[in-house]
Amino acid sequence: MNDEGLRLGDTTFTNRLFTGTGKFASNEIIPEMLETSGSQMITVALRRIDMQSVTDNILQYIPDGVTLLPNTSGARTAEQAIRVARIAREAGCGKFIKIEVITDAKYLMPDNHETLRATETLAKDGFVVLPYVLPDLPLAKRLENAGAAAIMPLGAPIGTNRGLETKPLIAMLIENSAVPVIVDAGIGFPSQAAAAMEMGADAVLVNTAIATAEDPVAMGHAFSLAVQAGRAAYLAEAAGQSVVARASSPLTGFLD
Amino acid sequence: MLLRVNGDSQTTAATTLEELIQEIGLKTESLVVEHNEHIIRQELWAKTRLQDQDQVELLSFVGGG
Repeated sequence: MNDEGLRLGDTTFTNRLFTGTGKFASNEIIPEMLETSGSQMITVALRRIDMQSVTDNILQYIPDGVTLLPNTSGARTAEQAIRVARIAREAGCGKFIKIEVITDAKYLMPDNHETLRATETLAKDGFVVLPYVLPDLPLAKRLENAGAAAIMPLGAPIGTNRGLETKPLIAMLIENSAVPVIVDAGIGFPSQAAAAMEMGADAVLVNTAIATAEDPVAMGHAFSLAVQAGRAAYLAEAAGQSVVARASSPLTGFLD
Repeated sequence: MLLRVNGDSQTTAATTLEELIQEIGLKTESLVVEHNEHIIRQELWAKTRLQDQDQVELLSFVGGG
């Protein structure tokens, strides 16, 4: 079955692996990681500069043609997220925004309520809004109605590499959502990315698992293959499971 | 004059944003500057005059997920 790609705003992504720029031991390998992974969208964050040291300009490592996805990390309220989004757009980062509003320092759980409020404002303001949320079906419908371009449910807490702990909840979103579902956070291994795609996720966003691998360039490639395999399997409509065995070879015509 | 720069009080002799950025000694290529909650593009830094108690945010894009 043909995959026409994922459309968000007025951009079509033929590669369904989105990546992040956080936690790389050296930012200089980001362009190579983007090449091996084929990733066409990558996240960046906005921070106050450190006056005591030279800040590395992350944007210089992102080639033209790769869509920037600024996040609103650091925001604790909708208003702060809206401010970061507007700064990012003014600064030339385009219309995409990943809304990330977090008040919980231990588990980094997104604040769904504030995220919805920010989505309402920013979607009206012309942004392509990708809200990072705890998977919750009624909330997803509200986000959709508010104009979110996609829903980004977490698989597990940020940076934990624990995979699809919220799988049944994400499945509900995939089944019922009119907008794309992009699994963000917690995906630690290519097999988990493949599983997310196999169940019908439209894309996955992977940062920590690639950035902190011994070889991020090779891991970017591995994730890319996994996402493609998972997507292909989803489109091929996998057969169901069975508790009892079902022979693959004929059960007749045995030799004596 | 006394400004709030990135949330901290800062005394400066600078009269414009451009002078302030030079005074602090920042590389400008990736700098995102907010003056009293308005983004100021680089070509307007020299024309943007500072007043006592102004709020300046000096920001940049960094790695993040």
